[in-house]
Amino acid sequence: MIEQITSSFTTDNYWDLFWLVRNSVITAGVLGLMGGIIGIFIMLRRTGLVVHGIAEISFAGAALFLLAGLDVVLGSAVGAVVAALLIGVLAMRDKDTSGVTAVLMPFGLGLGILFLHLYQGRTANRFGLLTGQIVGVDDVQTRTLVTGAVIISAVLIVIWRPLMFASVDPQLAAARGVKTNLLTIVFMILLGGAVAMSVQVVGALLVLALLVVPSAAALKVARHPAAVVTLSCIFAVVSAVGGIMIAIMGTVPISPYITTISFLIYVVCLLLGWRQRRGSQAEPETSVTN
Amino acid sequence: MTPALSLNEAAVTFGSRTLWSDVSFALDRGEFLAVLGPNGAGKSTFLKVLLGLQQLSSGSAEVLGKPVRRGSNQVGYIPQHHNLEAETPLRARDLVALGLEGHKYGIPWTSRISKARIEDLLTQVGAQEYADRPVGLLSGGEQQRLRAAQALAGNPALLLCDEPLHSLDLNHQRAITELIRSQAVDRGSAVVFVTHEINPVIEHVDRVLYFARGDHRIGSVSEVMRSEVLSELYQSPVEVIEHKGRLVVMGEHAEGEHHND
Repeated sequence: MIEQITSSFTTDNYWDLFWLVRNSVITAGVLGLMGGIIGIFIMLRRTGLVVHGIAEISFAGAALFLLAGLDVVLGSAVGAVVAALLIGVLAMRDKDTSGVTAVLMPFGLGLGILFLHLYQGRTANRFGLLTGQIVGVDDVQTRTLVTGAVIISAVLIVIWRPLMFASVDPQLAAARGVKTNLLTIVFMILLGGAVAMSVQVVGALLVLALLVVPSAAALKVARHPAAVVTLSCIFAVVSAVGGIMIAIMGTVPISPYITTISFLIYVVCLLLGWRQRRGSQAEPETSVTN
Repeated sequence: MTPALSLNEAAVTFGSRTLWSDVSFALDRGEFLAVLGPNGAGKSTFLKVLLGLQQLSSGSAEVLGKPVRRGSNQVGYIPQHHNLEAETPLRARDLVALGLEGHKYGIPWTSRISKARIEDLLTQVGAQEYADRPVGLLSGGEQQRLRAAQALAGNPALLLCDEPLHSLDLNHQRAITELIRSQAVDRGSAVVFVTHEINPVIEHVDRVLYFARGDHRIGSVSEVMRSEVLSELYQSPVEVIEHKGRLVVMGEHAEGEHHND
């Protein structure tokens, strides 16, 4: 198997090939930046699994739009935002987002399978939606995805402080006049949008690799807010762009490269984090006991 | 002088159940009020009213002569202690900054004036030493000092504390109480201190507000913390015993020395 993969690699005309996928590289880079930012809040609000749920339910939206003869990409986006909103509203009272997600996810996937069953045409080539299809993005799609990612990142920066406050200490934030419920809804809409766009790069199944893993890795090694954001964005961009740059040399799809790179980054950060902590425990004044 | 806090025949009812009613008193700047009572008697709701998070069913509540409102700079709040996640991406000074401008939208940029103010607050609560350390790695007592700094950020006329000593060891309890006392009372803010136990704060308390069974009593420690007063409030025998300056409340339903945790 390994031979099969390595023998398929070729570096001939690499930059010609790279030029062909430049749209994908730009898109992946910008989505990586957005993923690096939103991922920090995903981790802080413990909604990692929710991201997966939204991605899977977005598949139902795509299948429904396919059945109705509409744009599949738009369908997945609508599905993602609706799923995110539903989870946000249903979990508002008891904060049990993972429970609500676990309830909604099978229902969404079931609907998706039903819609695909009802669809008369060939569905096989449509499953790109599940594993990523970024190599094919054209100029219009690139512009749409980049615009979307920039808007989501900009909104996140504008609501940064209240959202951070509400995520870290919801009680105090509410007492200080932060509208925590409204922020939850806004965050879920942004998350739905971010998932819908990331689905385009790595597919519904692997969306966590772009939205969660880079931030999880950054949080292992850094605590300074600016450092966490910077690292998280770098990790996400390196995974996404690096994955594409390696993938175009061979025949293996892009997703495994992206997930492997982001996982390796995570492992390295995890080990570094352990070493840091052991180092700080060695000094008596900085013991972390409570 | 306008009182820091004044309540006039304030009442909260949920459906047909009256949590408490007819609460009227005024708190001057510099006064320290301890709010006591069993779980569910309405201590937390009382704080929510003062924070503007809970509407009164009748009556009024005013801070510095103006009706309470949510997010007011005149009111500082120290929530119950809960440990922050180890991986929270904030340093101690960032947490204090949230108390100062965490409610503001826009580019998260901290001005030089704000930075100086944060430095000032860190000094006041004695947290300079760990100002640049990640909050998630600080001890419970250290985190609670930072919450005190957050609450003092707006220079409040009224400081609300919701069991700030919860789950802290005795040394930290004493330190936090001293801090609240010196920072708030000495600079002329009134303190409303909700607590399970009066003993850790007893030397600072000017008045006690005791909620139980839909009723309440307010007065000095010696007026309220007495066997006959609490027995009447609980409608069952309660005994208050003084031992070396500490008060022990004993009774079937009373909570004093008894912790639920």
